[in-house]
Amino acid sequence: MNMYESQTTGRLSAIISNLVNIELEGPARQNEICFIEHEGHRLMAEVIRITGNVAQAQVFDSTRGLKINTPVVFTGHMLEATLGPGLLSKKYDGLQNDLEKLPGLFLERGTHSSPLDEDKEYNFIPLAKEGDVVSAGDWLGEVQEGWIPHKIMVPLTFKGQFRVGFISPSAVLRINDTVAILLDQEGQEHKVTMVQRWPVKKAFLGYREKIRPDTILETGVRAIDTLNPLPEGGTGFIPGPFGCGKTVLQHAISKNANADLIVLVACGERANEVVEIFKTFPELEDTRTGRKLIERTTIVCNTSNMPVAAREASVYTGMTIAEYYRSMGLKVLLLADSTSRWAQALREMSNRLEELPGPDAFPMDLTATITAFYARAGKVILKNGRTGSVTFLGTVSPAGGNLKEPVTESTRKAARCFYALSQKRADSKRYPAIDPLDSYSKYLEYGEFREKLNDIMAPGWAELVEEARDILRQSSEAREQISILGDDSVPVDYHEIFWKGELIDFVILQQDAFDKIDANTPLARQVYMLRLVLEICRQNFPFSHFEDVSSFFKKLIHLLKQMNYSAFASETFQRYEKEVRELIDEATKGRG
Amino acid sequence: MKVQKVYTRLTKITKATVSLLAEGVSYEELAIIDGRLAQVIKIVGQEVSLQVFSGTEGLSTKARVFFLGHPPRLKVSEELAGRYFNAYGEPLDGKPPVEGDYVELGGPTINPARRSQPSELIATGIAGIDLNNTLVTGQKIPFFANPDEPYNQVMATVALRAQSDKIILGGMGLSHDDYLYYKKVFQHAGAEHRIVVFLNTTEDPPVERLLIPDMCLSAAEYFAVKKHEKVLVLLTDMTLYADALAIVSSKMEQIPSKDSMPGSLYSDLARIYERAVQLPTGGSITIIAVTTLNDGDITHAIPDNTGYITEGQLFLRRDTTVGKVIVDPFRSLSRLKQIVIGKKTREDHPQVMNALVRLFADAANAKTKLENGFELTRYDRRALEFAREYSRELLAIDVNLNIEAMLNKGWELMAKYFDKSETGIRQDLIDKYWPVKSP
Repeated sequence: MNMYESQTTGRLSAIISNLVNIELEGPARQNEICFIEHEGHRLMAEVIRITGNVAQAQVFDSTRGLKINTPVVFTGHMLEATLGPGLLSKKYDGLQNDLEKLPGLFLERGTHSSPLDEDKEYNFIPLAKEGDVVSAGDWLGEVQEGWIPHKIMVPLTFKGQFRVGFISPSAVLRINDTVAILLDQEGQEHKVTMVQRWPVKKAFLGYREKIRPDTILETGVRAIDTLNPLPEGGTGFIPGPFGCGKTVLQHAISKNANADLIVLVACGERANEVVEIFKTFPELEDTRTGRKLIERTTIVCNTSNMPVAAREASVYTGMTIAEYYRSMGLKVLLLADSTSRWAQALREMSNRLEELPGPDAFPMDLTATITAFYARAGKVILKNGRTGSVTFLGTVSPAGGNLKEPVTESTRKAARCFYALSQKRADSKRYPAIDPLDSYSKYLEYGEFREKLNDIMAPGWAELVEEARDILRQSSEAREQISILGDDSVPVDYHEIFWKGELIDFVILQQDAFDKIDANTPLARQVYMLRLVLEICRQNFPFSHFEDVSSFFKKLIHLLKQMNYSAFASETFQRYEKEVRELIDEATKGRG
Repeated sequence: MKVQKVYTRLTKITKATVSLLAEGVSYEELAIIDGRLAQVIKIVGQEVSLQVFSGTEGLSTKARVFFLGHPPRLKVSEELAGRYFNAYGEPLDGKPPVEGDYVELGGPTINPARRSQPSELIATGIAGIDLNNTLVTGQKIPFFANPDEPYNQVMATVALRAQSDKIILGGMGLSHDDYLYYKKVFQHAGAEHRIVVFLNTTEDPPVERLLIPDMCLSAAEYFAVKKHEKVLVLLTDMTLYADALAIVSSKMEQIPSKDSMPGSLYSDLARIYERAVQLPTGGSITIIAVTTLNDGDITHAIPDNTGYITEGQLFLRRDTTVGKVIVDPFRSLSRLKQIVIGKKTREDHPQVMNALVRLFADAANAKTKLENGFELTRYDRRALEFAREYSRELLAIDVNLNIEAMLNKGWELMAKYFDKSETGIRQDLIDKYWPVKSP
């Protein structure tokens, strides 16, 4: 309701790549959307600076062929997302055009398509009654969107309190039909449909309060859930040089995470990776609902060859959609690959605006921009007491694999979980290449999170994890000693400690994202395997020669890996476990 | 017909760009400045700045400038096949210009929702590629190579063995000798009729190189989209292309980012590489490029940005223990191999591949131990012997086998040097493929 239709027009006065200057005839505002009217095409642009009567705008499209004096019309709106039933299973570009609806093989300039399906019918069920007093974010009714009860709420642009003057009874309606009429304090009528619009760069609030994350979000990845858990409403980031498996890891999480829905933002990355999701998600099954993965997924993709300015918009569009579903009391997981491309888009524009550059030519406010974005994630209590969450996991592609670069450093300040992908692990094909000792989850410091973790996983779980971490630490120290002094110049114990760490590495940390069974490890199975491995690690084996140590542990690892490849608690699984125990019994009896 | 307006006063001349006052100019359109081709890269009010492809040496402030009213373009038709062109698309082979329809270079991109998933394996016979880093049509992958490595030879081999309908070679700063080498190899293999070459040699002006990738890819799109053909595009050397971008950017006084490269380097490179595509109609564009490295440094902005864009990278190196150039199994990677290995190839492919590389890594550790003067274990010695044979029989670039033979060789080597449990391979595969020792 703070929107107005602008009468302002203007004319192009400069064109530098995708930045244009516009001589204004009338008022304009920062971040306002305008359209450049070029030979029958309407090219969308966003105002990013105003000096005197000149607005500078970034164009979300190719500027080829533009001329000085080309007319521009202003809309009065900022870049907005269209929110309503039908967002799920969609493939959007950064500006929320439905890619399926765009005609032709190529993305022709100035073509737009509507994000939702106007003709689709939904069974509307009212949740509010006439006479109820409501405000922004309150639920008025719901429709079934796939398996998700999609709440129709008082649009967030509505300020103050309203009385429900009319609410539709249960009926088959389209998204633009009126579902309610609300009366404001002055008695003025405001129609509500199933659709609302929201400026993407502002947080979509509509909740009572934000609380500290307290519940683990199961990802099925052992190196995350067991060692450095990510909670519902938490934030994390995955920096890593190229080729370390960032994207494979994100895809694995998007397939297996225990969230109600997933928003995937492919930001300035490879088109073929997005195509893989397009092709596999409609076929893959979501193990918890038995439905197809695509039914709980919205994809926002602005691949690296699509216009740079729209790349920046794509992360905000994704976040706004995630926040919208959060206010329906759902657990949403937002994945963005990669936030570095977004930062580079900011750098390109800052550069063209001739702003004074910060480190590595990134804009000075990079840290503030990234922090503000991560802060939009979180677990919230809605006005009706229900909870919802947006968990955000972003990848970072540090230039040259060097973690001391501005985007990684800025993100480190904003995100609370850090999953460091190590080149060394990737080179030796130890996937996922998450370094167990460099990575951390700050949430493990939260008392309420630890308590709940013990309830969900097992009593004393946090201590078990600490024990595993200590073994890994000792193992890496032992490895150093061995490589400095040589195999036979250290006590045999060192080899045993080293190999116990390798055992945890091979059986718990390493996971085959391409194996049907190993790809996803439910929490109960993670508990079982960690306990088994630690039980082995606590034993003292009477080895007399270091070569016996390695050959014993290699056999052990081989068997335990077979367990990972077998269905949990299946006959094969138990058979391998029996073999493991026999092998251990034999070794502890001291044959060497 | 509008009379072409001619301007005769340049207001600014740098090594790569000029500026003048002009009206009615459209962004990215071409102009001729005293016979030299130039392109509009900035318009501020009446002041228009252009990059001059052949450089500005000797250009006068009174140079005659007229605008052509269109961006760079290429005439495409079947006639392109078998022809050699310069960076402007003009014939180098003395034959008449190509007739056909104009297409604008660097036109719109393909809607990701209209792409198909790359799924067709490209067999090259080189085990370092087919076994460890399998290539797929629609993929984009560079060789990261030091200038002294035989990347042009490997690329030519790959191009000829890959069963593509067209091979499009884009030479950027290609030495004349290498150009003749490609020409000879293609002629020798009887592939001349399916080659298209766009050439900028070391003798040509560097800024001209900026046109080469778009020329190649416009031609490729014609064959892939219109004719549903499988097109292989070879781009050598993309480092020299990036250097040309940096020249123009610095003359335009843009703030450089890492390694003096323009801040838009990632987007500039992605614009090219992302044209690789698998189309639902069966046509495809596969890009194999060369990015030369400075002393193996892959953290430099050019290889670094490339690595984030391309679907893997291939490294060559000389294995001194066997005296052969091999495809480095540690640093090389083909991201799209997961789509085909074990699915289009035999089921044991992924596990055999990983096991062999892991064992090769054990050998590398053993070698380090040896160099540091430590005693080797029995396992270390076996690993080292395995590594020599693996390197010679599989990794070397002169290998030419089909994938099944590579897998069988892999099992044979594992059985020769290792115990079943040392391979870490899934038991059912071991049961099925572990070679039975003949008595």
